[in-house]
Amino acid sequence: MDEIFIYLIIFGTLFGAILYAVVLVWFERRLLGLWQDRFGPNRVGPFGIGLAFADMIKLIAKEDWVPPFSDKFIFIFAPTAVMIAMLMGFAVVPYAPGIYVVDLNIALLFFLGMTSLAVYSVLLGGLASRNKYALLGGLRSAAQMVSYEVFMGLSLMGVVMLSGSFSLVDIVNAQKDLWFVVSQFLGFFVFLIAGIAEIHRLPFDLPEAEHELVAGFHTEYSGMKFSMFMLGEYLGVILISSMIVTIFFGGWLGPDFLPPIFWFGIKTFIFICFFVLLRGAIPRPRYDQLMSLGWKVMLPLTLINLMVTGGVVLWWGQA
Amino acid sequence: MSVELFLFYLAATVSLVSTILALTRYNATHALIYLIISLLASAIIFYLVGAPFAAVLEVVIYAGAIMVLFVFVVMILNLGARGDDLEHQWLKPGMWLFPGLLCLILFLEMIYVLSGSSQNLAGTVVTPKEVGIKLYGPYVLAVEIASMLLLAGLIGAYHLGRRYLVDSRKES
Repeated sequence: MDEIFIYLIIFGTLFGAILYAVVLVWFERRLLGLWQDRFGPNRVGPFGIGLAFADMIKLIAKEDWVPPFSDKFIFIFAPTAVMIAMLMGFAVVPYAPGIYVVDLNIALLFFLGMTSLAVYSVLLGGLASRNKYALLGGLRSAAQMVSYEVFMGLSLMGVVMLSGSFSLVDIVNAQKDLWFVVSQFLGFFVFLIAGIAEIHRLPFDLPEAEHELVAGFHTEYSGMKFSMFMLGEYLGVILISSMIVTIFFGGWLGPDFLPPIFWFGIKTFIFICFFVLLRGAIPRPRYDQLMSLGWKVMLPLTLINLMVTGGVVLWWGQA
Repeated sequence: MSVELFLFYLAATVSLVSTILALTRYNATHALIYLIISLLASAIIFYLVGAPFAAVLEVVIYAGAIMVLFVFVVMILNLGARGDDLEHQWLKPGMWLFPGLLCLILFLEMIYVLSGSSQNLAGTVVTPKEVGIKLYGPYVLAVEIASMLLLAGLIGAYHLGRRYLVDSRKES
């Protein structure tokens, strides 16, 4: 591939992902508003889209304050971890044939590795704040993310068995006849729930449950450092949506009247909307309910899925 | 010097420096962060020598799961400044003398061994499929033993946790 083309894709991915995340902050509030029968933010610019940028300017212009009682080195390091890890995750997402940063033969594991590194952001943020609420939020998130990571990875192994590769390009190409959401519905279901828990979005946002923990791990954060946590979360939403689309919904595949990259964009957009809808529709479970759901329901489901898939693959002698 | 060799030495330097820093920090959290960086650096080294699968597993399992649990434990202990003072008392400079001497012997030995051989960097790339076939072919016994060990650990943890659960139920 052309040298300049690659740099263009890298730049486009970084810039596009961050811009998308910034606009998503406004988009989420607006969409939630419309679904709840009110207008949402609609004053600044057309449809109120200027609010996203007004928010950004406000957050950048705020004083960059580090609490004197905090552990300064870690306090400043923590918010960068989630941004870097999530942006690195985009490196393996194939947007269309030929349009991706790298096609690793371990792309799927790379994605899992990056999401598991994002945990540190929340964990260290909560620890460095030296604040009881932040510490509790960090503790919760550590337990939640480590346990959901286990079957997040396992739920994808069925897809790997069927496609015979960890490469995301191969996985998309293996879905030419049938999307994996049909043959791997259990895997999709578990991955969706684990994905929500992994980026601690509502209804699984126990690390930052505001009615019991003030704001959880980012209680002490303000200004640009706070917004990096926020952006990291929205980047996570985009990343998980695009992974769901790539792995289970055929990625760029679609009818010919639109170019492949549009199909990828449309499908990802639908899943982002679904994430927003979840936030508006489902109440938050209790923390112990969340953990027991993970270990007592999700893990057995994944193992059954894995066993049945393995059996079927052996029976028909595929891959 | 080729790019790969340069990257290798860069990652190796980062790994060495962060490991030394991880050993000498008084603050447990700072030490853990350096240890995580050291693990990430060795993941890059694995990747450069043609083992991408091992590299990613290093990130997913060591940096992404085991070290998270380490940080988790540090959080529960919540030592703060008191812990740093204790470490200062325990970790006197004189303590480094003997371990340092032993490490020096190993270091000299390693230099002697390495100076004889001239192996090239970037050997054959091992794909995940080959690793899997090897693991469940000739090494299946080792995999089973490892899983047995994990099962024993799991049952042990459950046993300890269950006793605690029963006790706390009686009290309440």
